[in-house]
This record gives sequence, C-alpha cells and structure tokens, in this order.
Amino acid sequence: MNILSLFPAIPLLMMLGLWLSRNTKQIHAVMVTGSALLLALSLFLVFEYAGLRKAGVTDPMLFTDSVMWYRPLNIHYAVGVDGISVLMLLLSSIIVFTGTFASWQMKTDVKEFFMWFCLLSLGVFGFFISLDLFTMFMFYEVALIPMYLLIGVWGSGRKEYSAMKLTLMLMGGSALLLIGILGIYFGAGATTMNIMEIAGLHNIPLSLQRIWFPVVFIGFGVLGALFPFHTWSPDGHASAPTAVSMLHAGVLMKLGGYGCFRVAMFLLPDAAAELSWIFIILTAISVVYGAFSACVQTDLKYINAYSSVSHCGLVLFAILMINSTAATGAVLQMLSHGLMTALFFALIGMIYGRTHTRDIRQLSGLMKIMPFLSVCYVIAGLANLGLPGLSGFVAEMTIFNGAFMNDGIFYRVVTIIACTSIVITAVYILRVIGKILYGTCTNPEHLKLTDATWDEKLAVVVLICAIAVLGLAPLWASEMIHGSVTSIISHILN
Amino acid sequence: MDFTYTVLILLLPFLSFILIGLLGTKLKPVTAGIIGTVVTGIAAALSYYTAFGYFGAGRDASGVYPTMIPWNTVWLPFSETLHIDLGVMLDPISVMMLVVISTVSLMVHIYSFGYMKGERGFQRYYAFLSLFTMSMMGLVVATNIFQMYLFWELVGVSSYLLIGFYYTKKEAVAASKKAFIVTRFADLGFLVGILFYGFYTGTFSFTPDAPALGAAKAILPIALGLMFVGGAGKSAMFPLHIWLPDAMEGPTPVSALIHAATMVVAGVYLVARMFPLFVEYAPDVLHLTAYVGAFTALYAAVVACVQSDIKRVLAFSTISQIGFMIVALGVCTSSDPHAGGLGYMASMFHLFTHAMFKALLFLCAGCIIHAVHSNEVSAMGGLRKYLPVTHATFLVACLAIAGIWPLSGFFSKDEIITACFEFSPFIGVTMTFIAGLTAFYMFRLYYGIFWGRENKALHAEHVPHEAPATMTVPLVFLAVVTLFAGWIPFGHFVSSDGQAYTIHINTTVAIVSLCVAAAGIALATWMYMREDRKVADGLATRFSGLHKAAYHRFYIDEIYQFITHRIIFACISSPIAWFDRHVVDGFMNGMAWVTEKTSWAIRYMQSGSVQRYCIWFLGGVLGLVILLLLI
Repeated sequence: MNILSLFPAIPLLMMLGLWLSRNTKQIHAVMVTGSALLLALSLFLVFEYAGLRKAGVTDPMLFTDSVMWYRPLNIHYAVGVDGISVLMLLLSSIIVFTGTFASWQMKTDVKEFFMWFCLLSLGVFGFFISLDLFTMFMFYEVALIPMYLLIGVWGSGRKEYSAMKLTLMLMGGSALLLIGILGIYFGAGATTMNIMEIAGLHNIPLSLQRIWFPVVFIGFGVLGALFPFHTWSPDGHASAPTAVSMLHAGVLMKLGGYGCFRVAMFLLPDAAAELSWIFIILTAISVVYGAFSACVQTDLKYINAYSSVSHCGLVLFAILMINSTAATGAVLQMLSHGLMTALFFALIGMIYGRTHTRDIRQLSGLMKIMPFLSVCYVIAGLANLGLPGLSGFVAEMTIFNGAFMNDGIFYRVVTIIACTSIVITAVYILRVIGKILYGTCTNPEHLKLTDATWDEKLAVVVLICAIAVLGLAPLWASEMIHGSVTSIISHILN
Repeated sequence: MDFTYTVLILLLPFLSFILIGLLGTKLKPVTAGIIGTVVTGIAAALSYYTAFGYFGAGRDASGVYPTMIPWNTVWLPFSETLHIDLGVMLDPISVMMLVVISTVSLMVHIYSFGYMKGERGFQRYYAFLSLFTMSMMGLVVATNIFQMYLFWELVGVSSYLLIGFYYTKKEAVAASKKAFIVTRFADLGFLVGILFYGFYTGTFSFTPDAPALGAAKAILPIALGLMFVGGAGKSAMFPLHIWLPDAMEGPTPVSALIHAATMVVAGVYLVARMFPLFVEYAPDVLHLTAYVGAFTALYAAVVACVQSDIKRVLAFSTISQIGFMIVALGVCTSSDPHAGGLGYMASMFHLFTHAMFKALLFLCAGCIIHAVHSNEVSAMGGLRKYLPVTHATFLVACLAIAGIWPLSGFFSKDEIITACFEFSPFIGVTMTFIAGLTAFYMFRLYYGIFWGRENKALHAEHVPHEAPATMTVPLVFLAVVTLFAGWIPFGHFVSSDGQAYTIHINTTVAIVSLCVAAAGIALATWMYMREDRKVADGLATRFSGLHKAAYHRFYIDEIYQFITHRIIFACISSPIAWFDRHVVDGFMNGMAWVTEKTSWAIRYMQSGSVQRYCIWFLGGVLGLVILLLLI
C-alpha cells in the first residue's frame, strides 16, 4: 500500500476505534494513538521526501499511485506529494495532534465530537495528497460538512447562525469549484482528471481559461478568506469550539490557498498571468482591511479572525505574484499562519474556558493569574507581528522580497501597501496584550482561576516549538518548498 | 588571526536567554542574575580580546584595517543573489561597538543586582537583558543589511519587553506599546528601503560591486533615505522621538543600557554603516539628515531645560546628543577625513564617549531614585552630603557631557563642532549654541539634585543613603572611563577612509566651545545653586507660555494622540469594521434573506391541491403560447 494512503486511512481507523470505545478514557487513547501516529508518519514523510530529493530524484510528484474508480469520467484515486503538500501534511498532523489535547476537557458527546473531528481531518489529509481533481474535490467536501455539525452542536454563542452561514458560503464556493473542475476537465479534452496530466497537456484554450480561472480562484478563495468573501470567518471562528477553530483556521483555510495555487493557477496558467492583477488588488485590500478591522474588535476571536483574513490575504497575494520566491513565501506563510493561528485559538479557548468571556474589555491582568498561558499568548502575538526567530518573520520577508521582484510600478505599490500590515498588526496585537494580560486584574472572580493543565501545556508547547523551529532554522523548509514551487511557476510562465 | 570564536559573543547571551527564560522562576533570582552576568562578562572579555586581536593585527597593505568575516551562513534564501545571511563581520566600527555594548551591558548587569534586588520577575529581567545583549551584538556585527534588520527588530522587542517590565503599571504598558509601534512604523521605511536596495543592487551586502551600484544609482538616494527613516525611529529623531521619553518607565538600568547607550544609537550606526554609499551616491540625503539631526538636537535641548523629572531630562539630553552624532555624519562631504570627512570619525567618537557618560548618568540617576524613591527633582536637592560617590561620579559625567576639558566629551564634541564649521557656519554656530544649552540644562539638573533647595521634610522622613557596592562600583568604573576616554587616539582606529587619522584640536573652536560651555554652567550655577531660585522661577512666570509649551514638549505627543485615536482608529479602523459587518456581511445576509423570502413566496405553488396546480398549469401554458407567438 502507498504510504500516502495511510493519511486518510488512519483517521478512518480512528473513527472505527472511537465508535467501539466505551468511555472517555478509551476515546482519549484512540485519539492520542491515532494523532501521534499521524504526526510520526508525516515527520517520516518529510525526512523521506527530503532524502529522495537529496538523492537527486527530480520527478515533480513523489510516492505517486493511481487507481481508477469511475471510468466514464476518468476519475482516479490518484495520490502524490511534492514539497508543498508534504509540509501541509505535517502542518495538518501537528494541528490534529494539538487539537486533540486542546479538547481534552470536552464533556458533552465526546465520542461524536471526535468522530466528526476525525472525519474532518480525513478530508483535509485526503485533499492534500490528491492529484485527481474530482477526488480532491470530494475530500474537500468531506472536510467542509463536519464543520457544520461541529460548530452547530458543540459551538458557543450564535452557533446555529454561524454554522449555517459558514457552511452556506463555503458550499457556494464549492459549487463554483465543481463547475470550474468540470470546465477544466472538458476544456482539456475530457481525457483525464489528473492534475499533472492536465498541466502536461496544456491545451485549454485561453478563452475558456478566462472563464474558469475566476470561477475556480473564487471557489477556493472563499475558503482562503478572499475579500469580499471572508465574512463567514469571524462569525464561524467565534462560535466554533477550540479544536475546530484551530483546525479550521490552521488547516482548512490553507486548503483555499493550496487549491488556488495547485488548481486555479497551475491548470489555467495563461488566464492566471493575465487576470492576476484583479485578484492582487483584492488580496492587497484583504491584507490591510483585515488588519484595520482587527484594530477595533473587542472579541478575542474576532480579532484573530480578522487577523487571519489579513494573513491569509498575504498568502493569496504572494501566489498571484507568479514568481517562485513569493510563492515560496506563500507556502511558508501558510505553515506559519497555520501554526500561530492554531496557537492563538487554542489559547483563546483556554482563556475562555476559565473566564467565560472573550471580551477584551472584561479581561485584564491575566499575566499574574495565569502566567503560563499569558506568556504563550505573548509569544503567539510576537510571532503574529513578525518577530525574527519565530515563523512569521520568515514567511513575511520571503513574500515581500518575492513580490518586490516583479517588475512594474503596480507591483511595487501593492507590495508597499501590503508591507504596511506589519505596523497595523503590531497595533492590534499589542493592544490586546496590553489590555488583557498586563495591568491589574479588576474582576475578583478571575483571581481564583488556575493556570494551564498538563494537556493544555502539551498542546501549546508543541505548537510553540514548531513555530520556533520554523522561525530559527527556515532553510530546510524554504528549500523544500522552493524546489516544488519553481516547477509550478515555470509552468505558469511558459 | 582566527576570529571564529566571535560567534560565541552572540551565542552565549542567546543561550543564557533561553536557559533563564525556560527555567524562569524555578531558578533562584540570584542564580539567574549570576548566569546572566557571567555570560555577559565572558562576552565582554571576548569582545575586548577581539578588539585587541583585531587592532593589534595591524593594517593591510593599503593602510586600512581589513574587514573580516570570520563566520557567515545562509539563513534564508530568496533568490540566487538575495539571501539573508547570519554572520559576524569585523571592521573598525563593529569592533568598537562590541566593546561599547559589552562594557555598558556588563556594568548594567552588575548594577542591576543591587537596583533590582527583591524585585518580582528578577529572572525575567535578566533573561530579557541577555536577549537584548545578543540582539544588539548581532546588529552591530551584521554582515548584510537584512541581518541588521533582523536584529534591529529583535532589539525593538527586547526594548518593548523591558520598558513594559513593570507590566502592572499602566504607564509602563502604554509606554512600551508606544515605543514598539512608533519604531515599527519607522521600520516600515527601513524595510521598504531594504527592498529597494536589494532589488536594484542585487545584493543585501553593504558593499555591492561597482556595476550593480552604477545600475542602482538613481534609486539609491530613495533606498538610503528610507533606511534613514528606520534609523530615525530607533534613534529618536524628531518627529519620531516621542517614544523615548516615555520609555523611561522601564527600570533605570534598562534606560541606561538600551535607551541611552546602545540601542538608540543604532540609527547612527546604520548611517555610519551605509556611509560610503551615502557619501558617494546620496550626499543630499546625507545632508538632509544633518538638518534633521540639528533640529532634533535643538528641540530636545530646549525641552530638557524645563523638565522636572530627572529621567526625562536625561532622555531629552540623549535625544539631543544623538542629534549631534547624526549631524556629524550628515555634514560629511567626502570620505577623506582631511577634506570634509571628519564628521564620521567625530560621530563614532562621540557615540563611544556618550555611551559611557550617559550610561553613567542614568546609573547615577538610578542611585538617586533608589535613595529618595522619586523621579522628581523637587524630592531631591542637597543630596551631596548623603550620596558622596554618586555625587562625584555624576559631576564627572556632567562635566563630560558639557564638554569640559580634559574629559572625554570635550574631545568628541570638539571634533563634531569642527566638522560642522567645515560644512556650514550656520550649523556650526547652532551646534555650539546647543552645546552651551547642554551645559546649562545638565548643571541645572546637577544643582537641582545635589545642591539647591533641599526637600527636608521628605529627607527627614526617609534619610537618603548611598547605594550598595554592586551599584557604586559600575559608577566608579564608568567615571574613570569618562575621565580618560578622551585621550584615546580614536582616529587611529576609526576614520572615514580607514586610514589612520590623528585628532588635532582646533584651538579656536575649542576655546569658543569651552567658553560657551562655561557660560552655560555659570548661568546654571547662578540660577540654581542657591537655596532660593528667584531668577529661575521669575523667568518661568515671565515666559509662562514658552515654559509651559516646552514643559509639554511642544505638544508633539498630543498631535500623535490625535492622529492615532481621532484619525486612525476613529476614521479608518472603525468605519472599515462597520463596513465589513454591515455592507459586506450585510450583502451576504441580504442574499440569504432574499432566498428565504423567495422560497416563502413561491411555496404556495406546491400547496398540494389539484385545482391550484391546474391554474398554475394553465397559466404556464398560456404564458408559453404568448411567448412563442411573440417570437
């Protein structure tokens, strides 16, 4: 069996294990074993992949496999990974692992919660390994649907409204996607659904590309929080339970960026080169707009959701620059944003679990009460505002340098506009830190609260370590991505 | 000579930061302090050893000290030619800075034992100090502009963390936020400048090759100008200076280390680092910096004359002195010290001497605050009998900053003023005047603290006492350095073209500036030494408008407050947030609403009664027929 097929297989087995388990202890055992296995597997894959590349293997996709499962439309279960997807798998498994620990204290319907959680991760893993358009789309849908239930049932606040809004908007996006995928399939002669083969054919007429590119890009862009299709994000995140927020902002939003790059840009290269400027404007707006919106929010999750809009906007912004440095930065940013936003949501969940409020006006002086969580919050904040030594700096600097390499005053101007986000980010991050962590605690109820438990500490520490590793030694990741990105970019440019 | 060990100068403080940071309160406070101090001590020893080795190795054939890169590695590649390297570069100014930083840092580490004793978060304090030391060292030994930017951000964050050290104090939190955001804003300029620089010269190195420079000729002034914006932010040049006085909310030793001696001169160092390019390709920008520096120096000196908080006076004096350094660089017209390039050496010299005496002043201020538990000069007065060591060392530092022969400040300031007169008499006269003001406000402070009207009620209640030895030893050490540093043949080590330059005192300038300084001191003595301060108070009431404006720092902070709160928050952020919730999201909700209403409206079509279906059916047929007929 192909090593990649283990990624969707393990969550499936975990669901089986969960279904059979009788108490919380067993559920936890299944989850920990499964997610640790996934983490180990993805680490193994990273090393294996790097080893193969070092040995001089130059195929664009490694560990490929293909099995036909619907002949009339040439649909295969086709899998394979390159440097981008390997790192996305690593990111996903880190977040599934830490998400498990972040939901350790979950009390209601634990079994069902984790089963949906596993299904969600199954979809995510399947998406990143797929090379077949339809299979990819299928996994994409598998990842979206559980979100509705996870928010609607286990969420907080206006959960039904948020769940409905999120699902409907994302479904709207996937409707566009389905049309776009069929358009690509028939446009390329209806012989194959395999991404690599369609790209190799390179036979979709420009007139069709012009139609399908915006359709597919927006389809994926909805999930990547592209302005003005991002409004599901604040409400959705605010209502979602901790682990779901983590997985959603950490991984699911990356599906958008990944899809835009792998499908929209790669398969419709001529239209991408021609129409990219429109989307560059939209994403530049996303970057600044999200950051400014975050400055005046009062709910911690809203702040983080808008900050995600800003940071994910930067991902799409970089992809659209169509040069390999910026695209490398985009993937680094996906990794970095995934890790730090998951960390943020985990911490916010932990603070909320104790204080029962996310309103920054009601929180203050937490540093004295829960020093561990507060220090971690500061670290997350510093990563978010791009402190060197943590992952954000690496990603942002690669993006800004890459974007600046494009000739033309237009690119220069939008890059400088995007750069301003580093200042605005500092404003909203420091505002929150100053308000909720520093100062003296004014609410006597909060004085009795306790610091993190061991499971919470584990989740947080794993994420911080990942952020620090990427931030201190970015070379390996950058090289791994750069190799794969270059072949895609050169395909787009030819 | 092999200098690979210089990596340790960066690595050791970093490890100490990680160690103290991770162990945190599990360490005993004293242990944390000892780890930090010992590590800094080793780093200082290594820095001195490097300096001896480097300058001892002598000049190369062309008569300059060779630039060495003992260690360099690619950290993050962007493209074939553009990559962030991390490394160590040794050249005269970086070696000089290593000595300055490690000396002051070591003194502050030792001093803090006494000053921070019993303070909650002692371990955290030493962890941050280590982080700062590492970052600052990394900044000065940077092998390329991006490494400099990287460590530049790190010193910014260490400064943020240390200003906000007393995080339960509202003012400290606000000050740390302000410092970070204002410098971040300036860093945006720096970053964009680097992007321009990197793109057009094709490298992040400080010395691009000639063809690349030729190609980038037109853009270099913009790139360098933008970089200077970053430098102006860190070095508190007007109008980006507003964060520095507030930064005094941090512990006083931190003010000495970061906000007086080392970090705030990063901007000066940046300009010095890029000096060959400035002088060659962007002389206009360079001269612009001179005017910025001169104005800042004047503004800060005037404000310093009326402040009542001891640390604020020192903060403004720092701003003013950094202005001197920037002016000195800005007035250079060539890289030959004998023909218009003297300012470079003067600026670096002043940076060196200023670091010592300003650190000394702040550490003295720490002792004084420690003794009277207040920052206000009104709580002091007549302290000379209680704090003899502090009094003596403070006086040395005051004389040095006032530029009195033979203390170190005299020599460096004299060179600066000479360089200014070479460039333009206007700047020369202005700077001489500011030097007089400096002498005046420093002695106003001196007399206010040690002589003048004693706050007897307060002192009876709590008798001021001299600080412990951990605090006074660094004072004495720095005072000794201040006394004799002027005799260092600085031009032999650092000069604009790298050749040995012998400092010769320009007698006219020296006499004039000495007289001006003496006049300033005399005026201050006349006004503030006596118990009653009739003259001073009289002047303050006579020119109450001016006094009030200067006391409020000419309302620059209020302007900023207005811009951030009234314009950015109220006119940009809030409308955007509103727009997002009501227009963008409103549209999405509106679509959902329309869908829902439509389905409600047409649901009667599926009522289940056959008669109704018949009507709809007939209506549909009729409609189709009409449609077909029309076509």
